[in-house]
Amino acid sequence: MAQSTAAPAPTTLPAATPLPVRAILPWAVFFGLVMLVLLYFVGAEQGALAVFSGDGVHEWVHDSRHLLGFPCH
Amino acid sequence: MNSAIVRALLVRGMLAGLCAGVLAFVFAYLVGEGPVDAAIAFEEAGSHHAGGGEELVSRSMQSTAGLATGVLVFGVAVGGIAALAFCFTLGRIGRFGARATAALTALAAFLTVCLVPTLKYPANPPAVGDPATLDQRTALYFLMIALSVLLGIAAVLLGRRLGPKWGNWNASTAAGLAFVAAVTVAMVFLPSGDKVPEGFPATDLWEFRIASLGIQALLWAGFGLLFGYLAERLLEPRATAPAGRGAELSAPAT
Repeated sequence: MAQSTAAPAPTTLPAATPLPVRAILPWAVFFGLVMLVLLYFVGAEQGALAVFSGDGVHEWVHDSRHLLGFPCH
Repeated sequence: MNSAIVRALLVRGMLAGLCAGVLAFVFAYLVGEGPVDAAIAFEEAGSHHAGGGEELVSRSMQSTAGLATGVLVFGVAVGGIAALAFCFTLGRIGRFGARATAALTALAAFLTVCLVPTLKYPANPPAVGDPATLDQRTALYFLMIALSVLLGIAAVLLGRRLGPKWGNWNASTAAGLAFVAAVTVAMVFLPSGDKVPEGFPATDLWEFRIASLGIQALLWAGFGLLFGYLAERLLEPRATAPAGRGAELSAPAT
């Protein structure tokens, strides 16, 4: 008897409900771009392309650029 | 309501990325800086351009604060992007809860953003890579990442489409094989990366690249686990520890 009452205990969770694409899209577009700009400054600024002149950004993140796998120089 | 959930997930993703970035930074400092220093020593021994004349940022700053800045900003940024990707994958890639979805999303991101591009264009220490070809190498590197991510998304969509007909196991296997085949073709046709300069120690190159891969693996693993925990707490509050465990324990007693 005890077993039969314990059996329906929810050991498996119900599958997650999807979030509607309409709710995600504005965040994905805007913050996706912001994040890509951040990645650009860590990974490529003052390398192949440059927004700021000089070498300051490149030299400052030099080691992380190499170790994270970005082409550095 | 749903918009607020997306925002909350984004914030948690960036936070998890920051924490994973701290972990990756510690690893990078302890394991990665040795090979970088060895490579710089090789570079300075080879070039006679009176090196170190105008050093903008000292080596000690580059290897500590500079490294931390880069890795942490990278962690926050990829954490945010992965959290947004998670918003799309949640509930759409099979019967997975929030935590498993987060882990799978992080794994897929590691594979497509890091591992696959690395197989073609591995990380290069200082002294490896001709500055004259930097533009081309940068373009090819980002092209490889974009290709691999797009092919990965296509594989997931393919698997979803085949699932009802073939069963989930067969559909996932077929989609995975299609991904590997497409990526292989892309790698065969894209030009090779730069040659390693003569005399560069092979062990140093190996250690550098393994350290680089380790940093990424640690970052993505840390992110997947931490973000999964945070996302589950946000999305399935009743399923998490105290209430769930209590219910399980009390169930046999009744």
